[in-house]
Amino acid sequence: MSRISLTVLAALSVVGGACERKNAPAQSAGQSGGTPQGVSSAPGQAPGGGVHAATPGEPGTPAASGGAGTVDGDTILIGEVGSLTGAEASFGISTRNGIELAVNQTNESGGVKGKKIVVRVYDDQSKPEEAANAATRLISQDHVKVILGEVASTNSLAMAQKAQPAGVPMISPSSTNPKVTQVGNYIFRVCFIDPFQGFVMAKFTKENLKLTRAAVLKDNKSDYSLGLTEYFTRKFTEMGGKIVTTEAYSKGDTDFRSQLTAIKGQKPDAIYVPGYYNDVGIVARQARELGIKAPMLGGDGWRSEKLFELGGRSIEGSYFSDHYSPDNPSPLVQKFIAEYKAVYGSVPDSLAGLGYDAARVAIAAMKRAPDLSGSAIRDAIAQTKDFPGVAGTITLDENRNAVKPAVVLQVEPGAKLKYITTISP
Amino acid sequence: MKTAALPVTAGLPQRLRGIFPIAVAIPVLALLQLVVEDMHFFVYLASIVGVNVILAVSLNIVNGMTGQFSIGHAGFMAVGAYISGKFSLQVKDLALSALPVAASDQLMFVLALLVGGTAAAICGFIVGLPSLRLKGDYLAIVTLGFGEIIRVIVQNTEAFGRALGLSGIPQRSTFFMVWFWVFLTVLVARRIAGSSHGRSLWAIREDEVAAEAMGVNTTAYKVRAFVISSFFAGVAGGLFAHFVPIINPGSFTFVKSIEVVVMVVAGGLGSTTGAIIAAVFLTLLPEALRSTFTALSGGQAGIAQKIDQIRMPIYGLLLVLLMLVRPQGLFGTKEIWDVLPRWLPRRRKGIA
Amino acid sequence: MADFLQHLINGVAAGTIYALVALGYTMVYGVLKLINFAHGDVMMVGVYLGYATAFHLGRAQSSFAGILLIFLVAMGGCALLGLTIERFAYRPLREKPRLTALITAIGISFALSYGFQLDYGPLPGAAPRAFPEIIKPDEWLIIGDRDVVIWNWQVISLLIAIALMVMLQYLVFKTRFGRAMRAVSFDHRVAALMGIPTDRVIAGTFMLGSALAAGAGLLYAIKDTSVQPLMGLYVGLKAFVAAVIGGIGHVPGAVVGALLLGLVEEFVVGYTASSWRDAVAFGFLIVVLLARPTGLFGQVAAEKV
Repeated sequence: MSRISLTVLAALSVVGGACERKNAPAQSAGQSGGTPQGVSSAPGQAPGGGVHAATPGEPGTPAASGGAGTVDGDTILIGEVGSLTGAEASFGISTRNGIELAVNQTNESGGVKGKKIVVRVYDDQSKPEEAANAATRLISQDHVKVILGEVASTNSLAMAQKAQPAGVPMISPSSTNPKVTQVGNYIFRVCFIDPFQGFVMAKFTKENLKLTRAAVLKDNKSDYSLGLTEYFTRKFTEMGGKIVTTEAYSKGDTDFRSQLTAIKGQKPDAIYVPGYYNDVGIVARQARELGIKAPMLGGDGWRSEKLFELGGRSIEGSYFSDHYSPDNPSPLVQKFIAEYKAVYGSVPDSLAGLGYDAARVAIAAMKRAPDLSGSAIRDAIAQTKDFPGVAGTITLDENRNAVKPAVVLQVEPGAKLKYITTISP
Repeated sequence: MKTAALPVTAGLPQRLRGIFPIAVAIPVLALLQLVVEDMHFFVYLASIVGVNVILAVSLNIVNGMTGQFSIGHAGFMAVGAYISGKFSLQVKDLALSALPVAASDQLMFVLALLVGGTAAAICGFIVGLPSLRLKGDYLAIVTLGFGEIIRVIVQNTEAFGRALGLSGIPQRSTFFMVWFWVFLTVLVARRIAGSSHGRSLWAIREDEVAAEAMGVNTTAYKVRAFVISSFFAGVAGGLFAHFVPIINPGSFTFVKSIEVVVMVVAGGLGSTTGAIIAAVFLTLLPEALRSTFTALSGGQAGIAQKIDQIRMPIYGLLLVLLMLVRPQGLFGTKEIWDVLPRWLPRRRKGIA
Repeated sequence: MADFLQHLINGVAAGTIYALVALGYTMVYGVLKLINFAHGDVMMVGVYLGYATAFHLGRAQSSFAGILLIFLVAMGGCALLGLTIERFAYRPLREKPRLTALITAIGISFALSYGFQLDYGPLPGAAPRAFPEIIKPDEWLIIGDRDVVIWNWQVISLLIAIALMVMLQYLVFKTRFGRAMRAVSFDHRVAALMGIPTDRVIAGTFMLGSALAAGAGLLYAIKDTSVQPLMGLYVGLKAFVAAVIGGIGHVPGAVVGALLLGLVEEFVVGYTASSWRDAVAFGFLIVVLLARPTGLFGQVAAEKV
């Protein structure tokens, strides 16, 4: 008897689950009255890794019914996919915070076309099938106007292939593989692409630092790192430099001594470590510990307060390329940093800045567009020119990539960054 | 262990009994396919569920019926996914002129699945033959290691896309195809369970030494079960590759293997029905939670998000709870017809 | 030559840490025939306990007393954690098939590692942190023009590890408890018949293993600085591989296996393509198991029917 009831229970919950899933968009109770409250951002939460409120309060189901082009009630729904759990959680959460800040600011100053923006966020655990699932859900069930995401190019590619055929514009804040925007004309990005950034550091090393022998320590598990390595290597050798050796690690490793010892044996003038700050800090420490004196070079993945915490004094004197300089006197940048710090308790990293910009580009486009259909928004986004982003001035080229110069920064004692030079595409 | 199936085939002539289930399944699935064609999200979700069911049912053959500790199923899935994906990429522009394009595409797709499945089966053989001679715990660690080694190989191979992953695989998967293979897998699993081959597997599960003493060549049977199970895992991977726009090593980690093991154990080691139900339930649960909390989140911001975050630790705790409260799983070793109430007409064999 | 020496030092340093963790695995397997998947995560908890203690000690963290306190708190805390896990999750399943206990262990592992990724209350959150420098770094020995550098904390860590292993050895071979442990791992039913309180012995073994893991974790944090909630998973896995290589259940074997693993990893990665690092451990395991199916020192026990 208990077995039967167990079976019945299981079956009911499955059916219940299935019902929930399909009914959600059909519940047109979304029109239920009352003004959607202002955005509730959780005040004073833990720094860095905190999860923060996404959707502003709104009674009833905030699902938009009907196809693209109709806006239900007083809100505009946009979607976001990010890695909020798992190994990439810190990046996904930073991006999330940047987007949320932008949306909150917009809603406080009146929203778009008089309507508030609501962000529907789904976690993809950094798996492409989950990213595709989330994107499909956002498109088919939630009927969002624009999708923001993702950080990892793999996940962005998965999402892009769902967004493009459905005619929903998508903006990636930080995916750098050139393939992402090649999926179609509805896919955009607001960051550099790998070929450019690899070139930047190669040029800097060869022409500014005048060094000719470089070693590379790449992250084998990160397409971003592999991409930068490929282009850096190509450009550096084209300019007459020599890559003495290329070693690899896996994102999340903590012991790089083996690879560094091998690098040390080759006596390079500099070491290119195009990875993320989590690992780079430790790489620096162990490099110094082993007696390597050469400076290290990197990309925008270095940009975070954690770099200083993990790298200590070992990271001082090293250089990396990035979107903006912290002592950039632009009031926009300073205001962004101050507000971010006030709400989230820490200085924003490059991912947060890019998330902020991606959201603002989308919002500006929606304001400019004659109506809120997919193609109108898409055209408006494509016209983005000289947009003042916190991560550089954004102009989207014909491949829908952001054209902007990169700055090279040096790490100074006291957890400071010094601006060295700007390199334009 | 009861193996009596629903006696629907009782009235049929002997020759047709084998084909009957397939002959019924095809039109039913085709009909469903026509109905759901445009419901994109439903199709996607149903495909994910289908893949998980295939994984769970195939793993059940090894972990459940044969009682071995295999925790590297995601590795075989990865092999199937990458090999069939690569195959599809190569033959993307080929078509059989005799058939309309859609049919030819599907044929190529089936071919790709078979190629992927066979590759996975070969890997199953290579992994299984040496390790199935070792004690149970060693098989666990070796299968785990195999999954990791596959991941590292893929990450280092340019042809498989390395860290970015393999993209551009023609997305030919349909609801029909996925669930047809689900049906096939379940059919094979049931047929094995009900055969003398299956009885040997059960014997190995119950007491390996006794089985060996009774003349069962335990290593051979274990390897065979392993190979069959790997084949279907490979097919599942192949299906997966054809509805997910891009595949990368991150989808085939140890955590995925564990998720499949949990489905098998929660459903009941040895019960095909249990594996199916657990797979469906555990795949839909996060989606259902998401829907519920998004709907409820009216005034409460971000609960859906928080649920996404607590999903994993809750999963872990549920596992512990499940083992403490009902270690034999939902169905134990029984199948659905063993628990159906008595008032469903059942033909009793022999003296009624 | 300098490279070789440096690789040797790196390999031994990594190996001793794997050894401490592997000892915990092998002891628990010996008495319970259970692969405690949660072992690595207990280590992680120990590291965070140490982190919190160091944080509260402030400047006192680098004094001898401070370091001692950090180790004691971490090891004590983990011993309690191990006791709790054993009592509530493993003991009820003692007579059940081993797959059940394995699943439970996996569940606890997930609950701990992903749970610590959350951000509420005392939970640390997903972002990695730098473990404070409780041993102020100082170069101890330099060979050539900084060809090989040996640091004071490397030597101290090695000494601590050896001390812990010696203490364990003493405990297992020279005390009554140790004898009881060995008896239970040999045959727990007969041990019970002989009047040994098996439940208490098993609980004690768990506590011991967990404490060792915590010690290992602290040494690991001192060595590699970065701590984050998922750190236990990989170290645990490698240590388990090491224990299996040595012959699971065999205490000295675990140490040998771990040292070998550390060295093999280091040399293979250093001298050949480093992108295959993750596969090296398992590759080595498979090679060993093919040659010696029960591990290097494992006893080929005849199965009695």
